[in-house]
Amino acid sequence: MTFPGSLDDRDALRAVRLAGAEPVPLWHGEKWLSDVVAVVLPGGFSYGDYLRAGAIARFSPAMQSVIDGAKNGMPVLGICNGFQVLCEAHLLPGALIRNDHRKFVCRDQRLRIENAETAWTNQYEAGQEIVVPLKNGEGGYVADPATLDALEADGRVVARYLGDNPNGSYRAIAGITNEAGNVVGLMPHPEHAVEELTGPSTDGLAFFTSVLQKLVGIPA
Amino acid sequence: MARVVVDVVMKPEILDPQGQAILGALGRLGIEGVRGVRQGKHFELDVDESVSEETLHRLADTLLANPVIEDFSIHR
Repeated sequence: MTFPGSLDDRDALRAVRLAGAEPVPLWHGEKWLSDVVAVVLPGGFSYGDYLRAGAIARFSPAMQSVIDGAKNGMPVLGICNGFQVLCEAHLLPGALIRNDHRKFVCRDQRLRIENAETAWTNQYEAGQEIVVPLKNGEGGYVADPATLDALEADGRVVARYLGDNPNGSYRAIAGITNEAGNVVGLMPHPEHAVEELTGPSTDGLAFFTSVLQKLVGIPA
Repeated sequence: MARVVVDVVMKPEILDPQGQAILGALGRLGIEGVRGVRQGKHFELDVDESVSEETLHRLADTLLANPVIEDFSIHR
């Protein structure tokens, strides 16, 4: 899905292709999602982060279709700005605020996959450590303590930062999922770690092969 | 037509890094005695008289503020 101000939509398309699926470019202004069976909301600065990151993209015509699809089980992955859009759309709890140290962070980041049963992480092992790029200015994941406790208790923390906390996210949360496990929001960028030439690893590819496994049972 | 003001601030329990940066700058200005700064947003809406309180509350609650992290107040 491309919004005005998306940056990583082409990398997301490429990652989907490298995983063995057919990528379909979607435009935020089109309500009809074509015949796609899963949607990636990419990183970037939709609407220039005006108002709040993701707050205006959330009301685009395509997002209503994404929200309806997500509630009916369609796999949706929101990366970075896409994670912010999912939180603004209330498909995921909590919110993302400015990094606590107030600087943009851009680095290769170690993560631990905490939940390897979602539509987007079933090709990982629970507890597996991966390295993918992280780049954000407003990546601090926040929610009230009751919500955080519920996420932890239900195993809905998908990935956690290892090492020093890069952005002040509560409980070092890097990604979460909804109750059904079809919607995942992630601040780091697996789509930038899908081939040796351009990424620090190929650790991110399994997010995209996971959804293939989920939808059509193609083994990775 | 009426002028409606909506003020939005981060909830007290949410860290406000921008407010902290401003607080740091006040120290460098040589100003003492300011213990805390919370940065918010101020919206001025020109609305028809027919727009109800409920509508104003809905637009503040769904778009102008994110109630997960922000509180808002409406002044008509």
